[in-house]
Amino acid sequence: MSHISPVLWQFLVKWMTDFALFPPEASKIAPQMDALYFFMVLVSLIGLTIVILLVTSFSILYNKERHPVAIQVEGSTLLEATWTIIPLGLFLVMFVWGALIYFRVYNPPANSMNIYVVGKQWMWKAEHPGGQHEINSLHVPTGRAIQLTLISQDVFHSFSIPAFRVKREAIPGRYTTVYFEATVPGTYHLFCTQYCGTEHSHMIGDVVVLPPKDYQKWLNESTSGMSLAQNGERLFASLSCAACHNTRPDARGPNLANVYGAKLALTSGGTVLADDAYLREAILNPSQHVTQGFAPIMPTYQGQVSEEGVIALVEYIKNLNSDYRIQQTTNTTDLLPEGEGKAVPAVAAPAKSGMVKQ
Amino acid sequence: MNYLTKENGLLSWLLTGDHKRIAILYLISLSFFFFIGGALAGLIRLELLTPQADLMATDTYNKVFTMHGVIMIFFFLVPSVPATIGNFLIPMMIGAKDLALPKINLLSWYLYMAGGLLALYTMMTGGVDTGWTFTTPLSTHYVNTNVLTTGLAAFIAGFSSIFTGLNFIVTIHKMRCPGMTWFKLPLFVWSNYAAAVLMVLATPVVAIAIVLIALERTIGIGVFDPTKGGDPLLFQHLFWFYSHPAVYIMILPGMGVISEVISTFSRKRVFGYTAVAFSSVAIAIFGFFVWAHHMFIMGISNYAVIVFSLLTMLVAVPSAIKIFNWTFTLYKGSITFETPMLYAFGFMGLFTIGGLTGVFLGVSGTDIHLTETYFIVAHFHFVMVGGMLMAFLSGIHFWWPKMTGRMYPEKISQLAAVVTFIGFNFTFFPQFILGTLGMPRRYASYPPEFQVLNVFSTAGASILGVGYLLPVLYLTWSLKYGAVAGNNPWQATGLEWQTQSPPLTENFAVTPIMDHEAYDYEWLEGQKAKEVASVG
Repeated sequence: MSHISPVLWQFLVKWMTDFALFPPEASKIAPQMDALYFFMVLVSLIGLTIVILLVTSFSILYNKERHPVAIQVEGSTLLEATWTIIPLGLFLVMFVWGALIYFRVYNPPANSMNIYVVGKQWMWKAEHPGGQHEINSLHVPTGRAIQLTLISQDVFHSFSIPAFRVKREAIPGRYTTVYFEATVPGTYHLFCTQYCGTEHSHMIGDVVVLPPKDYQKWLNESTSGMSLAQNGERLFASLSCAACHNTRPDARGPNLANVYGAKLALTSGGTVLADDAYLREAILNPSQHVTQGFAPIMPTYQGQVSEEGVIALVEYIKNLNSDYRIQQTTNTTDLLPEGEGKAVPAVAAPAKSGMVKQ
Repeated sequence: MNYLTKENGLLSWLLTGDHKRIAILYLISLSFFFFIGGALAGLIRLELLTPQADLMATDTYNKVFTMHGVIMIFFFLVPSVPATIGNFLIPMMIGAKDLALPKINLLSWYLYMAGGLLALYTMMTGGVDTGWTFTTPLSTHYVNTNVLTTGLAAFIAGFSSIFTGLNFIVTIHKMRCPGMTWFKLPLFVWSNYAAAVLMVLATPVVAIAIVLIALERTIGIGVFDPTKGGDPLLFQHLFWFYSHPAVYIMILPGMGVISEVISTFSRKRVFGYTAVAFSSVAIAIFGFFVWAHHMFIMGISNYAVIVFSLLTMLVAVPSAIKIFNWTFTLYKGSITFETPMLYAFGFMGLFTIGGLTGVFLGVSGTDIHLTETYFIVAHFHFVMVGGMLMAFLSGIHFWWPKMTGRMYPEKISQLAAVVTFIGFNFTFFPQFILGTLGMPRRYASYPPEFQVLNVFSTAGASILGVGYLLPVLYLTWSLKYGAVAGNNPWQATGLEWQTQSPPLTENFAVTPIMDHEAYDYEWLEGQKAKEVASVG
């Protein structure tokens, strides 16, 4: 072959070495999802084989030459019940199995490390808690539960990592989350799978899975010197949020310390859980979310703070414990999640070493 | 004298009220749009031959796949079987002279043409690049292409489909001949009835969604705009509230064709008539409550996902029932393998694969990985092209002698059916593997390791193209040179076969009386014996 057409030969060699039939399994959920996938493939193949065998054998047994006169049959309740109930049963097994996996992917364990991802035409921006910032790539360690909190700055995007078998839409105006735990170090595809305009097919990148040690090294090398919460603190100061949100007894806005995760009573009645989504809404549409006992005087920050800015503010508020500080220059170690005891200890370690370098 | 020769001249066609002539108008215009949509598909496959976006710019590619979707869905698949075969045959099958509302029927063709030509005009003057799903806020705030005119085209075509559905419902309720009770109706009528109900109830919702997009784009009302307190997910709810039932609008009439064809070519009544009839109704009802399975990864509530996933499992069951009932219709039959039957077998195989892979997408866990990839493209094309288009071709061949009075050439059309089947599998089966690998849909370029499978797919598409061109050639040829068909070349039992081919304008010289069950082959034998006796 190679002497007949070298070009074609080269193509074939290239194809065969660069040819995939099944994606790598690089996350904890991947083998679980694949087990269900192969179960469904098996059931489908059995079902298809039954139909093909029946159609073929009936076609042979009852073709006109062999069987010139048809024998009329009305139907059979028993047979029809069989092929109603068996598929239904199998579909229900698949449904339950699938739902269990679904809940696992979209309900991250409480101790997951959170990374924010902002989608925009046409790039992915990741914000790590330690202040590391990446575009069209995502570095994660093996053996850690990771939660991504996604939002879009413009249109719908979808964050897909086939090797992890996870995918989540990034939606304008709303946080969504997804969870995975990487298992095998390597570089994997990151795709935007929701059509998002001209350069949709270029909204791709790499997910780099590193062993914990290398991940630590990457964190240290990629630090910007400020954690995400510190960036938030800066923004908090520059927007003069502390003019109202402070600890003084006559403060015009509620004290934000320990607010994250608390249940707040609203002027409009009812209570609300102060989570990421609520804090974002309260910054962008404050008049809709006035805390009981305060006047609706806060202006909207819609259009003044980017989604990354909101994320930094939320991260700052998240980490705000009792020590309410507004000055820009801070002793960084105080702000680290570790010091707060609220966030995950294991994240804090890398984040801290990243900070200390300054 | 028949409906074709009764009057001559272009005007006698353009102003006709005859359901059969309107069906022919639809057939010609649908084929035209199918070939435009098909040519666009060819461009897509050519672009995907190589990993780079080298044949056209990404913007052009985006416009091409958008127009492929818009034309194929709104101007081919939705009207295909109902507007052509259904229009021609429903009145004949129930022993009526015409549809209940002939002028509305003609109006619906004009609306279809207006919508279709507007869509083509849009394509010629810059196109649109939102995808056929018009997802907001991309369609409302971020693209500068012809969203409004394309939306208007789909809006107009929607009314055409509402009118057709309405006409079918009224006709089937009010125009049945004496003795034609509901459970004597051919299953083709049942499935078109179910589809007609969906057309009337679901289409207005997409019309509303299009109007809201137009208002959002022009005056910025903010229903879908999160910065104004709107909800971008609301659009997807409205869109899929139509577009999921729409896939049943597309497939149900095709299932009706398969019931007729399999019964006829096994000379045996459909196994479990009632179950097949009710499964159409069940699909229509459940079809309304599964729309959010298109949105499992969009951040809707986990509990909503569970409910919609469960309902999706339920809608899969009636389809499984149909497949097994068709299979057992063959049991103890007397089977021959003319072209319509070959297409029907192709339908059964491909629709089974398409249906089962739909379960992969309805199960919430596997949907996460497979949605928005080529897996969903392959699934959809197995159901719509492997299923629906096979059923359409099966029906066109089956009723061709009735519509034209001529037989198509059997050998070459059997060959075309086989070529279509092989080409189809080559084109779309590799896409299941691509999707499992994670290749996203709507990509003009892709990582190099996906190339082998894409080359297979493109090669298959060229075979498929031949499979579609052949019928155009030999069917046209048969209009003049085909053997004269006679009234009932297949020895089928439907009322449409008991009148002349091509039929009179009034369909029947005397209003028929339905004094036997549907698919009563013994009755047919009796009729033949009587004829022989009377001649003797």
